[in-house]
Amino acid sequence: MRRLFSQRGNRAFSPPELKDPERESLRFRRRLLIAGALMITAFGGLFGRFFYLQVIQHGHYQTLAESNRVAIVPIAPNRGVITDRNGVVLAQSYSAYTLEIMPSRVTNLEATIDQLAKIVEVQPRDRKRFKRLLDESKRLESVPLRTRLTDEEVARFAVNQYRFPGVDIKARLFRQYPFGEIASQLIGYVSRINDKDLERIDDWNETANYKGSDYIGKVGVELSYERELHGGTGVEEVEVDSSGRAVRTLSRTPPVSGNNLRLALDIQLQKIAEEAFGTRRGALVAIDPATGEILAYVSRPGFDPNLFVDGIDPSSWEQLNDSPDKPLLNRPLRGAYPPGSTIKPYLALAALTSGKRTATQTIFDPGYYQIAGSTHRFRDDKPGGHGYVDMTKSIVASCDTYYYMLAGETDIDDTYAFMSQFGFGQKTGIDLEGELPGVLPSRTWKRERFSGSNYREEHRKWYLGDSISAGIGQGYNAFTPLQQAQAIAIIANDGVAMRPRAVKAIENTRTGALRELPSERTHALAVKPQDLAVIKKALIGVPREGTSAAAFVGSKYISAGKTGTAQVYSLKGERYSARIDEHLRDHAWYAAYAPADKPKIALAVLVENGGFGAQAAAPIARIVLDYYLLGQKPGAAPGAGKVEPPRESDDESD
Amino acid sequence: MEKLGALLGKVWQLIVRRIDSYLMAAALAIAGVGMITLVSASDQSVGRLTSQALSLGFALVLMWAIANIAPQRLARVALPLYLVAVALLVAVAVGGTLVNGSRRWLSIGIARFQPSELMKIALPLMLAWYFQRRETRIHLFDYALALVLIAVPVVLVRRQPDLGTALIIGATGFYVLYLAGLSWKVIIGLVAIGAAAAPLIWPHLHDYQQERILTFLDPSRDPLGAGYHSSQASIALGSGGVIGKGWLNGTQTHLDFLPERHTDFIFAVFGEEFGLIGASVLLLLYVLLIGRALAITMNASTMFTRLVSGAITLMFFTYAFVNMAMVSGVLPVVGVPLPLVSFGGTALISLFIGLGILMSVQANRKLVST
Repeated sequence: MRRLFSQRGNRAFSPPELKDPERESLRFRRRLLIAGALMITAFGGLFGRFFYLQVIQHGHYQTLAESNRVAIVPIAPNRGVITDRNGVVLAQSYSAYTLEIMPSRVTNLEATIDQLAKIVEVQPRDRKRFKRLLDESKRLESVPLRTRLTDEEVARFAVNQYRFPGVDIKARLFRQYPFGEIASQLIGYVSRINDKDLERIDDWNETANYKGSDYIGKVGVELSYERELHGGTGVEEVEVDSSGRAVRTLSRTPPVSGNNLRLALDIQLQKIAEEAFGTRRGALVAIDPATGEILAYVSRPGFDPNLFVDGIDPSSWEQLNDSPDKPLLNRPLRGAYPPGSTIKPYLALAALTSGKRTATQTIFDPGYYQIAGSTHRFRDDKPGGHGYVDMTKSIVASCDTYYYMLAGETDIDDTYAFMSQFGFGQKTGIDLEGELPGVLPSRTWKRERFSGSNYREEHRKWYLGDSISAGIGQGYNAFTPLQQAQAIAIIANDGVAMRPRAVKAIENTRTGALRELPSERTHALAVKPQDLAVIKKALIGVPREGTSAAAFVGSKYISAGKTGTAQVYSLKGERYSARIDEHLRDHAWYAAYAPADKPKIALAVLVENGGFGAQAAAPIARIVLDYYLLGQKPGAAPGAGKVEPPRESDDESD
Repeated sequence: MEKLGALLGKVWQLIVRRIDSYLMAAALAIAGVGMITLVSASDQSVGRLTSQALSLGFALVLMWAIANIAPQRLARVALPLYLVAVALLVAVAVGGTLVNGSRRWLSIGIARFQPSELMKIALPLMLAWYFQRRETRIHLFDYALALVLIAVPVVLVRRQPDLGTALIIGATGFYVLYLAGLSWKVIIGLVAIGAAAAPLIWPHLHDYQQERILTFLDPSRDPLGAGYHSSQASIALGSGGVIGKGWLNGTQTHLDFLPERHTDFIFAVFGEEFGLIGASVLLLLYVLLIGRALAITMNASTMFTRLVSGAITLMFFTYAFVNMAMVSGVLPVVGVPLPLVSFGGTALISLFIGLGILMSVQANRKLVST
């Protein structure tokens, strides 16, 4: 071989003089044999490679081929239905077709959408929403362009589908809220799952169970009872092609529907209550005092939860989010307002309990209160004063001076301790997420509130003046409408506090079993029954002959109540008048329960910037009580349900 | 009746007179495997099958015709054929039809045609003719000239761009040089220069070619991009196992995971559905075909026929090896079809022309074996 090699090498460089055909032929054959040997070796190598792939690594590639082929497709469960206490449907799911685009598979989105618009209706609103969802979505997700396609649109698209790779029709479950704005803050809404929701789901260890779900509760009961409503996701094993399209089903585990919720809410009562507000802003919470069940839960203005379900379009969102009327604020749960005079009966009860006052003890009200050694006069609403005032009159006529004096004699921390029993300054523990505690001031609270480095010691110190303001429900006090309703319900329930709750019963959709949620007694007030009786009697006097008498003319039941007017802006001697900008007007409160002897309903009404509680809030309470106790609709009874606008007034007290 | 029988017998004799039965049997068996696999790969598309069957029929007729031409006559057309092929390649570069970003096709009336396929036959004919003429006085100069004759079409095809075919053409030309007796020193020298030049060539490769080579070196680099072909083909082959998933039952094939499955990657379809057994049978058929072609080459009587049939034999091998090595992940992805199996009329025709030349050589072999 070596010899041949060198020989041939020489030949190439120095041409031989004589050609020998035999040798030539021999060399050719040798070269051909070398090539043949190389070819056999190469094919042997290939066989080795095939053997490696198909025998040794067969298991590995088998697995890869299977995972290529088989996709686990989650099947979203039907979300539970939400009904009111009488079974009226408030939220339900239904299946509808959506037109969805897989952005990763479409090169020119704009052109594709333009083409699609020729086949199905695509509003500018749909485009805007699509853009927003596109920004939020992951690269491989399909994003809905149109929801709720009609059968005709589905058929039209199906015929043209071949022109639109990456565009598909999908059947998806939607949530619908038949009552729209009514009770929207209580019922809440579902919307597309975002990153924050994913974290929440991860915390529950439910990531797998949400694989097929597009929506999750965001607000209200939909949020708070998400895990009851959601249900269990089913699984389908399907064979898919390389584009992910399902070819056939291999196995299927059906999903388990979520549980149905029965709310304590009475939707008819709720409607009446919302209508009573008209165009005004505010809140109303009605509670069954014996059970803590929430009968009505108003936050005005409301919003249409249906807007959020498919992903809200940006202009509707801006409109809701930027509105000065704050429709997205869950007022009963998260709106904190100074309670004004509605705080008086509780402070009176505190005085009776501590012994600082007896029921019959009178004070003289000259129309103002002055701290010893100070020239500042805390003025009474009634110029010239109420004269001699006992405890009952202090509540019925809502005398400020009585409570200025009381506050002047009471340590704020003692007030704090007693008032805490009503749940002020803390969460009521209602079964809704997002509750705020409001403010019940104390020395500790003030010190913490002003602990920042931009405050000095004089800001953190508690002053007597703070106590006086707090004594008539102004100053630092800030209560939520829910807390107010709960406090009056505790009085109505003879001092026994029941935990407020929105949901009455949970129905298991598989077994049909209805599980009533038990009412929960949290605590009882540390008060004497005879002291409580004094307060209750005085509260009956308010609608009978006191500040809310005008609103309760001719009522066929005995109710108990207390008006309140919370200052937003200090008038500094100016007359209260319609000239004052509406957003600076006082908030109007009314807290009530009825029938007085055996209360079936307790409620708190707040009308933002409504002016006097007696004029703005009490008539709404009247409408709600009339309907709930008598079944009377507004306008049916003379004198009832007339809501007057705030008017100029100089002798009205609240 | 007997007369008719005798007549038919004579006609048959005339037809098969110059047909080499071994070569024919191996080629038809491979083409049969191709048709069966194509049924599966094309999801039983009648259009594709008909088109391939028509090409096969036409290719057989051409093969027969060329088998009936004496090698000396083939030698006479070598130079004009080469010049025409070069001219056509230039024409393609100027006015070819653009398909998938490459200019490879020339439209002639109803059919499209790839001049590069013609060159696969024309180049070995040309070189063999040239060496035959210089048989007794081959100088280093002759090899240099041959290199130019090879380089012209290689560069033209490479520019289309069609790296796979350019490599095949270059290899075929090199085979002629090798068989003509090019010194080992020069061969080793050329290989060494090639290796040294690789870093210089690298920047001149197209992005997708660089990508393919990088992906070949590390297939997991980009499993959804350039590595997709290679990894899906390996999955198809590997999951086929020993006996395969059965005809029409390949999941990689039928669920669309295999790209280019009726052309360059058809072997993955075959390997998935027929397993190691099928792959071995196909490998064996190629060995038989190439073995017979080698035998024909051994017995070739003139330098021209030896060089032409040797080059064609080695070209067949190169096709089969490069394709199967590429599909099984041993070589980077280059566009080389599996001979006689991949869908595609032009390649089929040029391969059968090659077989026709082999048969012509066989019919004019030396009568006494040396």
